[in-house]
Amino acid sequence: MKTPVVGIVVFPGSNCEGDVAEVLTGLGAQVSFIWHTESDLSELDAVILPGGFAHGDYLRPGAIARFSPVMSELVSRANRGLPVVGICNGFQVLTETGLLPGALQKNANLSFLCEEAVLEVASVDSPLTHGLTLGTTVSLPINHFEGNYTCDAATLESLQEHERIIFRYSDNPNGSMDSIAGICSAQRNVVGLMPHPERAANSITGKTDGISLFTSLLTLVR
Amino acid sequence: MDPDLYRSLGLTDDEYDAICALLGREPNHLELAMYSVMWSEHCSYKSSRRHLRRLPTSGPTVIMGPGENAGVVDAGDGFAVAIRMESHNHPSAIEPYQGAATGVGGILRDIFTVGARPIALLDSLWMGPQNEPRSSWIFRGVVSGISGYGNAVGVPTVGGEISFEPCFRGNPLVNVAAIGIAPIDRLIRAQATGVGNLVVLLGSKTGRDGIGGVSVLASAGLGQVEDDAKRPSVQVGDPFEEKKLIEACLSMLDRQLIVGIQDLGGAGLTCATSETASKGGTGMVIYVDTVPTREPQMEPLEIMTSESQERMLAIAEPSKLEELLQLADRYEIEATVIGEVVSPEEAFGYAEVGVLRIYSTRGGELLAEVPARSLADDAPLYDRPIAPPADLGEMRSREPRLGGDWSTIQAFLTETYFDPEWIYRQYDHQLFLNTLVGPGADAALLRVAAPGVGSSSSALGVSVDGNPRWCTVDPYLGAIATVAESALNVASVGADPVCIVDCLNYGNPTHPEVMWQLSQGIDGLAHACDVLGLAVVGGNVSLYNEENGIDIEPTPTVTTLGFRKLPTMLRPYLAQAHDPIFYLGTVPSSLSGSALARFADPKAKGSLFEIDLDHQKRLIAATARYVRSNEDGEIGLVRTIGRGGVAALAASVVRRYGVGVEIFSEFSTLEKLFGEAPTGVVVIGGNGPMLRSIAQSFDLTLMEIGRCVDQSLVVFDGLGSLSVAGEPVTPR
Repeated sequence: MKTPVVGIVVFPGSNCEGDVAEVLTGLGAQVSFIWHTESDLSELDAVILPGGFAHGDYLRPGAIARFSPVMSELVSRANRGLPVVGICNGFQVLTETGLLPGALQKNANLSFLCEEAVLEVASVDSPLTHGLTLGTTVSLPINHFEGNYTCDAATLESLQEHERIIFRYSDNPNGSMDSIAGICSAQRNVVGLMPHPERAANSITGKTDGISLFTSLLTLVR
Repeated sequence: MDPDLYRSLGLTDDEYDAICALLGREPNHLELAMYSVMWSEHCSYKSSRRHLRRLPTSGPTVIMGPGENAGVVDAGDGFAVAIRMESHNHPSAIEPYQGAATGVGGILRDIFTVGARPIALLDSLWMGPQNEPRSSWIFRGVVSGISGYGNAVGVPTVGGEISFEPCFRGNPLVNVAAIGIAPIDRLIRAQATGVGNLVVLLGSKTGRDGIGGVSVLASAGLGQVEDDAKRPSVQVGDPFEEKKLIEACLSMLDRQLIVGIQDLGGAGLTCATSETASKGGTGMVIYVDTVPTREPQMEPLEIMTSESQERMLAIAEPSKLEELLQLADRYEIEATVIGEVVSPEEAFGYAEVGVLRIYSTRGGELLAEVPARSLADDAPLYDRPIAPPADLGEMRSREPRLGGDWSTIQAFLTETYFDPEWIYRQYDHQLFLNTLVGPGADAALLRVAAPGVGSSSSALGVSVDGNPRWCTVDPYLGAIATVAESALNVASVGADPVCIVDCLNYGNPTHPEVMWQLSQGIDGLAHACDVLGLAVVGGNVSLYNEENGIDIEPTPTVTTLGFRKLPTMLRPYLAQAHDPIFYLGTVPSSLSGSALARFADPKAKGSLFEIDLDHQKRLIAATARYVRSNEDGEIGLVRTIGRGGVAALAASVVRRYGVGVEIFSEFSTLEKLFGEAPTGVVVIGGNGPMLRSIAQSFDLTLMEIGRCVDQSLVVFDGLGSLSVAGEPVTPR
């Protein structure tokens, strides 16, 4: 079986890249950090956009990152089916880029939230969830100020109709429309979610619900 | 020179005369400005330095102690842990968000200045009553500032403490501690060595913000009408710039492109240039026109004293410059050569020392010429008058009284309850995956690991603690108790404490009682650290904490660091009905200094409990040993005594786990329940036989003081019971 190679895009201001890399290498993947000015993604089986504050979140989260040189190649490969996962700030970058619909606005309580969230698996047809069981729950930390998912009515209807909502909050913490915590693209290969699965992969504390999301991704590309 | 000029910069007549004597002439305006910031209380520690010498600063694991940018201890496996603590009280009083944010930024720069990657922040916040709009505005602003800067710069805030007292109404305390991890061989000192080496300014452009921050703001009291006019002296922070600076500097250190590095904090370029030259024993030449500025036509004086944030001064060999500039370009930070290191020389009567010369341009006009050491190290040391308060005896003769009023106790446990989760849910406390025990516990437990550095086989425990209620009753015993509590907190996550850093927050040093409090506090810290075997590896002194001439209560805060083997399994214990409740250690015997006494009888002080430090040392060792035994089985919930004593702890267990707590009648006296002597540990559930055996081998008393019950009430047998339902205090 081939060792999957996962690219992790690093923008100035990204900060979760090392955490994602630690979990992925622990699961047997090979990790390659892609600085935002690079454009060669040819050796990669999947790409993750990690959490953080790309370009300082200036203007609004993801608004400047979409213009980083790496993004045009990423968009073109995503359109040809490369699995792409955006976590937290990465999700925000994906919506700004247009790879995923909608937008992430400030939390309804206008406060940063770093806490545990229980998520219901709403679709298992995605690179991150195909190893999970529909309707079950996983517990993952959230860590964001702008995680309140919103979109127009037609988009929401389409997301619902095509089962593109992959995670819903059991107890909506941030005001997201339809309790959306994660969605996928129409082709289903691009996934964005606000919670941090890499923060729930710790054998010492026993918070390990995030591991199954990464193993889903790795078995898909292996 | 017109005395009004130097007085307006915060210099006294004697200090001005000393400058003239050092230079053999009158200083010009630029030189005067440079002395005024470097000789400020904030930079020179001129009132406290004499007393600080009494602190024990060495220990078997200490790699760097006070005087460096951060304390550094050996964590084993080739890893070093850097730790540093600082106050940002005055800026936070004037502009809470930016004051707290730049406090975070400044402390992080101290950590990566020694070559360590910052991995954690903790904060100690002391605020005014939250039913007052201004105190609430300050508190909200401070928490937002720490959240906004800390989260974006990518360093998790893993612990802290919060309390509300009337004396912090106009002058809050915002003390921030930071921890970093480095491979031992990447550590670097802040010195300018190598004649001919280049002085490179990294990071932000220099602006007009923060001019005179250390002298006008940090070294004078608050409460005057012109406080609002001081707002331009508060710097403005940019966490994104700092994040880029961290990555660029650590990368430069990894590639060995720089020989020395210093952050620009208080007193800006003047401080960084004179300190690095003084430490390196060299001279330095700076060309002010090369310094990138935010605005045109900035005066040399403004450039040399600006406290614009997110700047670093690096010393590099000329052959490494090109690679350094390339790295700076990659990380999108500015890097500019602004001067060079020159030979020491015979000048100003300083044999063989370095002179700092500031030129307008290369080959241009000489604007300032001063011995570097005279700025950095030769500020006058004051032996300020010391006197205990006149009414000390009378004050201590009256013990706090409560009478038998149960409703007061009920009100104390419910009305003053604040849930710190309101704070820490606004902080990223998980980044880097190191947080094994996070905020909300008595101490944080972290992996000793960092991106780019790797992970070691050990974990670190850390806790930040202060207590003005104790220290105002007895500044000496209160300081001892502060260290005793903090070290015990670290033990409560299984770590053996090894060192502390401190922030000494006191009032106006020209008040003899304040100097007495400071001196007593330092003696207390020194004694406690001596007996407990803790090195003081760094610290900061914040004086002039006063409002309208009223000093704050003395508040030394300490951050204690300890180590243990990395646990293989750690599960939070959920208290449940029928769990036994044990008390290990000695029981509080007085209410003096307690939060209940403050609530019910605020005028009475009484005599503060005295801690038997030999007993404390055994208790710390026994607690750490017991907690580490979790590898062999269940240890239950291990908690130390904090604000409100065993009673508040019981209430918190009821709130958190939904069980009830019954405390047996033998323990149900007000002193035992509400006394706060940090000389005991409460264990709920857990391994009774193991506890008994450890108590015996460390010669400690163990008693069963109660049990968890079904009905969710706090019951004190023989005294009464109460419900703890109700909303916690929140800022308006």
